[in-house]
Amino acid sequence: MSDRKHDVAVLGVGMHPWGKWGRNFVEYGVAAARDALADAGITWADVGYVAGADTIRNGYPGFIAGATFSQALGWKGNRVSSCYAACASGAHAINIARAQILAGFCDVALVVGADTTPKGFFAPVGGDRPDDPDWLRFRLLGATNPTYFALYARRRMELYGATREDFAAVKVKNARHGLANPNARYRKEVTADDVMNSPTVADPLRLLDICATSDGGAAVILSSMEFAKRHANTTGNPVRIAAVSTVTPTFPQTVIEMPNFATDSTAMIAPPELGFKDAIAAGAYEEAGIGPEDLSLAEVYDLSTALELDWYENIGLCKPGEAERLLRDGDTALGGRIPVNPSGGLASFGEAIPAQAIAQVCELTWQLRGQASGRQVEGATAGITANQGLFGHGSAVLCVR
Amino acid sequence: MTKTVVPAIEGWFTNRPDAPALVGSRCTGCGTIAFPKATAFCPNPACTNQEFVDTELSRTGTLWSFTNNCYQPPPPYVAPSDPFEPFVIAAVELAAEGIVVLGQMVPGTDITALKAGLAVELVVDTLFEDEEHTHMVWKWKVAV
Repeated sequence: MSDRKHDVAVLGVGMHPWGKWGRNFVEYGVAAARDALADAGITWADVGYVAGADTIRNGYPGFIAGATFSQALGWKGNRVSSCYAACASGAHAINIARAQILAGFCDVALVVGADTTPKGFFAPVGGDRPDDPDWLRFRLLGATNPTYFALYARRRMELYGATREDFAAVKVKNARHGLANPNARYRKEVTADDVMNSPTVADPLRLLDICATSDGGAAVILSSMEFAKRHANTTGNPVRIAAVSTVTPTFPQTVIEMPNFATDSTAMIAPPELGFKDAIAAGAYEEAGIGPEDLSLAEVYDLSTALELDWYENIGLCKPGEAERLLRDGDTALGGRIPVNPSGGLASFGEAIPAQAIAQVCELTWQLRGQASGRQVEGATAGITANQGLFGHGSAVLCVR
Repeated sequence: MTKTVVPAIEGWFTNRPDAPALVGSRCTGCGTIAFPKATAFCPNPACTNQEFVDTELSRTGTLWSFTNNCYQPPPPYVAPSDPFEPFVIAAVELAAEGIVVLGQMVPGTDITALKAGLAVELVVDTLFEDEEHTHMVWKWKVAV
């Protein structure tokens, strides 16, 4: 594949396994960064820029992740940035690093994110903060994250006739995909009955329909295409990032989005042609100059089983209302037409917020290199990640080889 | 001692016993409605107006989607009962405003009787009580 003007190379990837390890998040990030450096065949001394994806539940070091990881790896005067975009933080950090490389400010950048998560539901940041919608939705509604996932799931049932069996089938598929993934937290077959019989969290979603929160760390080493071509490890054919989409919604946003109380009003201005989640992937396709028909695989944010079905439609694998058929036909399972979440997805990982969007790119990289042992999509040449961060952060990364 | 009845949040809803309503804002420049109220910026990207008037939203709407919470949410949620009782949350479409608004449904709402498109109306009900106050909030109720 010829170079696009905006391609950057993925020189190396690395992860600290997901789990509930209870250690400081910096340890996971450093382990992932060192793995990625080794995978790239370079050293810390070669890195000119560090883009950190922030964690907001681990105190000040989490807010300044770029500096925290730079110090942990050893101060050496590199440039840094730290960014927070909720679940999309990792992709936004990748985009920052990519821009630095494409602008010619550096040759090699490290992107790293890691998290240590508390037990149970994600709660808002502490204190009495009635001007923060994330605080207010808990106070006035008792609306947890699964509440929103469940509203979307029920909407699919009402609109398209999706069933709880369909949702369970997503979990069964992803659990099977994750069996051989050494970085996955859960590596165990799950049956549809296991899902259906697990406790209801927010109807129609059961405990096993909803992803856990995990500790974990992920890192990628990005470089200019020119650097990658000179560099022996990539043998002149590195995985490339062909697009990063970090779009916001367009007014009026007509799907209720976490943590909001209401949608925008369509009374004065008609909704945009593409809804927010459709626009996320569309932005990546437009930038890369390829479409969903060119994909070999996708890694999408299955915060819930039902959300994975939404993503099939949002990233253009099928028309609205057809996701259940795609799933039932086995198209999105390994061996199918377009495997989705061959890594095992959040169903097998649980979410480590700032690391997750980076981990999605790690998986695409292993898949495109043919190194995804036990879960390989044969002959993979292109893949997309898709994810949406709280408060309107789109995230899609399109990789090709 | 009688507890003082207070809104759980100021200015988001009226509490007329017969006909409570959510209070949103209407932009005096472009007419865009917002809930919660816009106070400083209009959400319409083409509008730079910064003045808004209060506007009561439709008291009735139709269910867009719904769910229940079977586990007690973490603070700042305050459970009104011990032990915790699951409660229903609805997303309700208001046709005139072109808006979908969340709200709890009143206690005792049977989730199995709900379906998209069902008509609901706004009421004001207890969110929780503390030593001195009964905190009120808007909720949805299946229309009769």
